[in-house]
Amino acid sequence: MNRAPWLWGILFALWLLLSWHFEPLFIIFGLFTCTVAVWVSVRMGVVDRESLPVHLIGRAVGYVPWLVWEVFRSNVRVARIILSPRMLVDPSIVHFRASQATDLGRFIYANSITLTPGTVTTGVTGDDMEVHAIVQSEIDGSEENDMNRRVAVLEGKDPR
Amino acid sequence: MDMALTVLTWALLMAGAFFLLTGALGMVRLPDVFTRMHAAGMTDTMGAGLILAGLFVHALSAGDQLVAVPVRLLLILGFLWFTSPIATHATAKAALSGGVRPFTLAAAESGDLPESAGSGEEPGGARQLTPPGDGSGAGQSGEEQGGASS
Repeated sequence: MNRAPWLWGILFALWLLLSWHFEPLFIIFGLFTCTVAVWVSVRMGVVDRESLPVHLIGRAVGYVPWLVWEVFRSNVRVARIILSPRMLVDPSIVHFRASQATDLGRFIYANSITLTPGTVTTGVTGDDMEVHAIVQSEIDGSEENDMNRRVAVLEGKDPR
Repeated sequence: MDMALTVLTWALLMAGAFFLLTGALGMVRLPDVFTRMHAAGMTDTMGAGLILAGLFVHALSAGDQLVAVPVRLLLILGFLWFTSPIATHATAKAALSGGVRPFTLAAAESGDLPESAGSGEEPGGARQLTPPGDGSGAGQSGEEQGGASS
């Protein structure tokens, strides 16, 4: 899968959206700038499936709303802990096993864990996730398993 | 219609402000750097998210820049949600590597407080600051570092 046209398309769309000028002069500037940027990126060898994971876009449409909902739920949970008079925290470092096949999948899983308040990924070694949880007893694994499974689905099969 | 959008804008802004305030309160109340990080996570996910959502609704109802402003707000939110977990992770890992022992209930009950513990409300929960990386902490840091290196 050639990612350079994807990069060019994304950059030019960004140019149009952010400038919102459609005079020929600005369009030509945009075409030129995007082409140079893509040329430099390809020459540097940084356009690959990790830096530009366009193969995930379709499945991310399903994952992102679920993640936003999870972030909201855990925000409410942490807010309740902080606002309760006794503030019952029971922090601990726990370990999860990640079932994603690629580094990109594990990266997304680790970032999703950190993005939901109440859990912060402190280290990733192979498929072992080291996670600091603010309330240990609420991390029974079922929710993390759900996220783990969803990221594995998001990552999908290697389409290369 | 305009009225409804204004009300929605204000509701989102106030909800965002609530999460920002709660996060700030958590920064003060929670016992150590790791638990405080969870509070900081609240401010830059829901706090910023809801305020940007409120501004998004407002930009749609204001109407003179129907594309440029909402798109920028979405981009800001996207960049924020992509970068803040990385910053949080870097802070956590740096703290572990630097020998900060995470606060635990067991340690707090035995009176072995790793950092400023307690919010000053409990009797006997006097603030007790020990510099990070003293004797036992340094020993543990080596262990954690080995386990956390990826």
